Amino acid sequence: MSSNKKYWKSVEELNENSSIVETLQQNEFVKEIPTDEFLGNKNSLESSKTTRRDFLKYVGFSTAAASLAACEGPVIKSIPYVVQPEVIIPGVANYYATTIADGFDFASVLVKTREGRPIKIENNTMASATGGANARVNASVLGLYDSLRMQGPVKGEGYVSWEDLNSEVSLKLTELSASGKQIVLLTQTFASPSTSRLIGDFKQKFGNVNHVVYDAISESESLDAFEAKYNERGLANYDFSKAEVIVSVGADFLSDWQGGGFDSGYAVGRIPAKGKMSRHIQFESNMSLTGANADKRVPLTPSQQKLVLAKLYSEVVGGSVSVDLPAHILEAVSKAASQLKSAGSKGVAVTGIQDMNAQTVVLEINEYLNSKAFDASTPIKTRQGSDKAVNTLIADMNAGKVGAIIMSGVNPLYTLPNASAFAEGLAQTDLSVTFSLKADETSTQTQYIAAAPHYLESWGDVEIKKGHFALMQPTIRPLFDTMQFQDALLVWTGNDISYHDYIKQTWNDSILGSTSFSQALHDGVFVKGTTSVGGSNTVSTETVETSSSVLKEKKDRTLVGGIIHDAAVGVGIKDEDKDEYVTSTSSSTTTTTGNLSGVSVATGISAAKALIGSATSEGMELTLYSKVGMGDGQQANNPWLQEFPDPITRTTWDNYLTVSKADAEALGLKNEHVANGGLDGSYANVTVNGVTVENVPVIIQPGQAKGSVGLSFGYGRKAGLKNEMKTGVNAYVLYQDFNTVQNVSVAAASGMHEFASVQLHNTLMGRGDIIRETTLEIFNTKEQSAWNAVPVVSLNHVETPVTSPDVDLWDEFDRSIGHHFNLSVDLNACTGCGACVIACHAENNVPVVGKEEVRKSRDMHWLRIDRYYSSEDTFAGDNTKKDDTKGLAIIDALEEMESAAANPQVAFQPVMCQHCNHAPCETVCPVAATSHGRQGQNHMAYNRCVGTRYCANNCPYKVRRFNWFLYNENDEFDYYMNDDLGRMVLNPDVVVRSRGVMEKCSMCIQKTQKTILDAKRDGREIKDGEFQTACSSACGNGAMVFGDINDKESKVAKLLVDNRMYHLLEHVGTKPNVQYHTKVRNTTEA
Amino acid sequence: MKQVSNRKLGRNILTLSIIFILTLSTTIFAQDGDAEKGKSLFNTNCAACHSLDKKMTGPALRHIEQRLADDQGLGIEWIAAWIRNSSGVIKSGDAYANKIFDEYGGAAMTAFPQLSDEDISNILAYTAEESKAPAPVVGATGAVAGATSDSGISNKVILGALALLFALLAIALVLVRSTLNRFAEAKGVEIQETNRLPIWKAFVKNQFLVLVSVIFLLLASGYFLYGYMMQVGIDQGYQPVQPIHYSHKIHAGDNGIDCKYCHSSARVSKTSGIPSLNVCMNCHKSIYEVAETTATEEYSKEFYDGEIQKLYAAAGWSDADQKYTGETQPVKWVRIHNLPDFAYFNHSQHVTVGGIECQTCHGPVEEMEIVSQFAPLTMGWCINCHRDTNVKVEDNAYYTKIHEELSKKYGVDKLTAAQMGGLECGKCHY
Repeated sequence: MSSNKKYWKSVEELNENSSIVETLQQNEFVKEIPTDEFLGNKNSLESSKTTRRDFLKYVGFSTAAASLAACEGPVIKSIPYVVQPEVIIPGVANYYATTIADGFDFASVLVKTREGRPIKIENNTMASATGGANARVNASVLGLYDSLRMQGPVKGEGYVSWEDLNSEVSLKLTELSASGKQIVLLTQTFASPSTSRLIGDFKQKFGNVNHVVYDAISESESLDAFEAKYNERGLANYDFSKAEVIVSVGADFLSDWQGGGFDSGYAVGRIPAKGKMSRHIQFESNMSLTGANADKRVPLTPSQQKLVLAKLYSEVVGGSVSVDLPAHILEAVSKAASQLKSAGSKGVAVTGIQDMNAQTVVLEINEYLNSKAFDASTPIKTRQGSDKAVNTLIADMNAGKVGAIIMSGVNPLYTLPNASAFAEGLAQTDLSVTFSLKADETSTQTQYIAAAPHYLESWGDVEIKKGHFALMQPTIRPLFDTMQFQDALLVWTGNDISYHDYIKQTWNDSILGSTSFSQALHDGVFVKGTTSVGGSNTVSTETVETSSSVLKEKKDRTLVGGIIHDAAVGVGIKDEDKDEYVTSTSSSTTTTTGNLSGVSVATGISAAKALIGSATSEGMELTLYSKVGMGDGQQANNPWLQEFPDPITRTTWDNYLTVSKADAEALGLKNEHVANGGLDGSYANVTVNGVTVENVPVIIQPGQAKGSVGLSFGYGRKAGLKNEMKTGVNAYVLYQDFNTVQNVSVAAASGMHEFASVQLHNTLMGRGDIIRETTLEIFNTKEQSAWNAVPVVSLNHVETPVTSPDVDLWDEFDRSIGHHFNLSVDLNACTGCGACVIACHAENNVPVVGKEEVRKSRDMHWLRIDRYYSSEDTFAGDNTKKDDTKGLAIIDALEEMESAAANPQVAFQPVMCQHCNHAPCETVCPVAATSHGRQGQNHMAYNRCVGTRYCANNCPYKVRRFNWFLYNENDEFDYYMNDDLGRMVLNPDVVVRSRGVMEKCSMCIQKTQKTILDAKRDGREIKDGEFQTACSSACGNGAMVFGDINDKESKVAKLLVDNRMYHLLEHVGTKPNVQYHTKVRNTTEA
Repeated sequence: MKQVSNRKLGRNILTLSIIFILTLSTTIFAQDGDAEKGKSLFNTNCAACHSLDKKMTGPALRHIEQRLADDQGLGIEWIAAWIRNSSGVIKSGDAYANKIFDEYGGAAMTAFPQLSDEDISNILAYTAEESKAPAPVVGATGAVAGATSDSGISNKVILGALALLFALLAIALVLVRSTLNRFAEAKGVEIQETNRLPIWKAFVKNQFLVLVSVIFLLLASGYFLYGYMMQVGIDQGYQPVQPIHYSHKIHAGDNGIDCKYCHSSARVSKTSGIPSLNVCMNCHKSIYEVAETTATEEYSKEFYDGEIQKLYAAAGWSDADQKYTGETQPVKWVRIHNLPDFAYFNHSQHVTVGGIECQTCHGPVEEMEIVSQFAPLTMGWCINCHRDTNVKVEDNAYYTKIHEELSKKYGVDKLTAAQMGGLECGKCHY
């Protein structure tokens, strides 16, 4: 209705001859359920010794026995505190501001604790430096209660005491320091001022200390490029809310690119306001989350990306390059370039190509544009690793130069491509200590495993961006006998203060200024420069407009003075700390000094030309990426994340090789759906430089560039996790030279892999119009009825809008009094990141069911994010496309049109219970277990439910979930609800459901009720914004807004009358309390 | 009843005479002090740190004047000086003062310069009183035990006698009948044997009667079965034995402590909270024994004192050293009111917002020596209350608007919890 687009959820649906699609539209299952297998076997039925009468006897007896046994109630003990801590009131939650900094994810968060147990991660709204907590950060609380955590320090086979470990290690370190061998600290990126100072102390004490920072997924090239240009090791900061044109060449910036956290800013610009929204053009090979959100996505191979970037540079900045690219790509590049140029300072370009030249080119473009979205003055500090330093370290270790290696927050034996070389080197060291949460791949190979605390048990500080500091504080007493890396360093250096006091010292001395430490700890964040005034801070507080000129000055000064660190820009970190980063990366900086001396344009064009020179490829090109759910693989033992469906493929519990349809056909790789709706995929062997990863499951990914394949990091862990979690293959072995792009050869292998993909679950049953979308042009120029028409139904042969009471089957209840909750979902602001999905899990005790069950469509997610593909494969769309394409590009365009799957558009749609005012589920419940509340929520009384599942069958949105099994305290489901430790994460305000009952989204009624009660207790009215659900408060993008529509001033009440608003399947007449807002795409070409 | 009141009279006389004797004796010891006034002064000023017979923060003070005079040769002047300014005495280098100061951990006694000479001698008079002997109480308890068992026996005797009477009557009846029969036989009167059917056969033959009685039986058994089944899981009257015999009667009843003093979280939280032991120790640091009058027939003073010792053990309080040892044993109370997990109940909603008395649901706890579950805690019980109870909307800005609108809708001034939506499933089940 809104458009003639055809939406599809899986490639299968595009195949006109597919019997599966046909059957799925008519039937619940593709094939008949094989009931005959056990009912049709007459012989076995007759030979069975159990007669029907016997069976009934047993049933009768066991029922009677069970009910008799239930008559006696258990004795329940209650144990109060001996001395109750002042701040803890049983039943009332406490919130603490802290920071996650695990080397991959950095975010300021609020931790909700109940009776001293952290149970949920929320966004810290005071934090400006990071975006909202992503799915992994939301899930990190479960890592605290991981039953496989190290419970104490281990030496060899057995536990040792910390006193022994510390004295043995200190003694050894002193010995080694005297012998002149290297002492190496191999750590994650801490970005911590206090840790830097501490490592400085450590160096002073032991002399020959080499601190190597290692990021599992490296941003080394970007760091080098930034350092070469701005003399500071960091990453440029981007605020996409200030951009009107975004051109991304292979940068998955809505996911984990350069530390992530850019999605909140991006989403701001995506909401059409005053007829304007940002235009996003994405050139990429894998179908990434970012590409899925783009207005225009151009699939191309990684080597073509380099050419595109060079071409883009020459078109925007100047200079001429000759690139060999297909015509349609060339055209796309020049259009993007002209849009960038016309946007001027409101344009921004980014790239994810792991190449220093590429990164330099992008910096140059943004400088040239004087982009407001680009900020080099407050660089991001959360990636500091250096590939070269790591390589040097491995060489040194194997040469026997390294005496001691102390690791913290890293797992090189899993994450290094040349792990075996590292292992050999490790064996040659005299002392090896790993600070680790788990007995993982690396820590089990070292002499000592120093049991490290979880970040929720630790102290720490982070400089997330220059001048933007954050504090980490413990939210629970350490569960086990653990000691954090920094405390151990303090002990080894003979310091007798705790790390907490050490941080306090650092902050009071050089960060805080006039602010008190307690205040900073309370807020969790501190921005330097807002309170302290001084010449040294002016750079970080300068407005963006002037920053580039300031930086140019700075560069000049640097060149003239020859000083690497200009004191004028050093904020917060002492010089000695900075030296350490420089020493570790000195080899890389020397190679880039040449760029520094050149004039800006010349540097850029030479870099662009170098880029073209490096753009060679042979065979298939593999792009390694990190999945939204798994990141670098640290949290592989987290069942929430394992069961989190990937936003694009909707696959859980796996990583896989994404292949384009054309390549799959050429290679003989297949995807097929089987009887129960499950997806099967071929296996492939992937080889890079003689290293082969065997039996990688294959998913045919619409939008994957032909000639390219993709594989995600983070899977294939072997140690430190439960068997169930040992999923997927390890992609790090293909991550050679820390380059995410590799030339590979792919060969089909035998066998089919069973995926647990929720992609084809709950089909639309032939109903369309779930997603509504339009273009910015139509949105601005045409009436609402043209692009967001209210569905009409026939009443006495007169077309009547479905919202009219005349066509209502039901009597309307009066809901005008009290609260009436509505949840609004803006399809434009939703990037599909999935933070809400995990937040919902944590808040509502949603069980994890495991791969087998997910495959059987028994996933329990209360909130799912549906992903729809669409393409202009309507006749009208094809015609326009044909007409618009000029010259030789027509060949490519026609080729593309042959398969709709080549480059689909993607839309994400979070779907939870719609809380229909006229709910179909409520009328069919035989026991009245589900009923409607006056506040608009559809209630579900679990204890009343008898499990007929009529409601689920009658739900048009397929949001009801059935507990097929008892998922807690059941060895069959050994995830987190099966041990006392894991159950500590459960929210005590929400009941844990049992077998045989239906469950679904409650619109977080426990949270709305709490808000109401708090207001009643204080005797005040409720302000807009106080009502929140887990998903709406987790959404850092502002896509989800929750509130009371009876409060006419509330944001959600205003959204209800917005012209983009529509309800899902409105023509069914269910009158949902969840609103959706039409997706608008900015298809404006230059 | 008569016996009991007599015994009480006897005890009263006994107590009175003891007091009388004690009063006499005190007048002999402290010639110029008033022990009654001294007692009140002692309780106001000294009792926080001193006890008569027990070392607390400061030393035990019984016969302190005499002991000091006998052992140290120190007179009332020294005592007065100490009370008014102990640190002055210590500084003056007084040997005994410094000894005491060191013995009690170097904590100087609060100075009481406001106490006059008369006050001090009154206090000393009080400290010079002999401790009361608890013996008469024990005797009285015994007497009561006897009395109660007597009345129990008498009831049984009456019942037994009645039963005997009925048995005799029945036997007499049978005898009369047989005698009459014998007479008839002797006199040759022929008793006509009516060929009547035995009653059970007649009953079986009457199908209507059978039907009615079967229906009746089925209905009756159905009624009782239903009654029994509906009791399953309802623990009204559940009165478990607790690890420490905590008497709500003494605390909330006799001493009138507000429920929410200990159960403070009921005001703000969903749980009323079992008080942590540090709350107990607020008072029990100085209350190490119960008063004589607290003891009852059932529970002696020794019993109660023993329970306080249990508290000390749990809290890790060393009564002898007057300090915490740090070795605690958390108390495993037996939970009485158990709502199932699927029912959400919030105390603060009812206590703070609704202003409902604790006793409404928990019964007369202040009269319960051992707490038992008062209400059935069934859903029907909750719902009934929600139907009947008006919501306290006065002076609560949250309710202003909603009350106005709902009143108009329902045409009533007062709104029940049900009209506010208090019967919706999702308000308590999620």
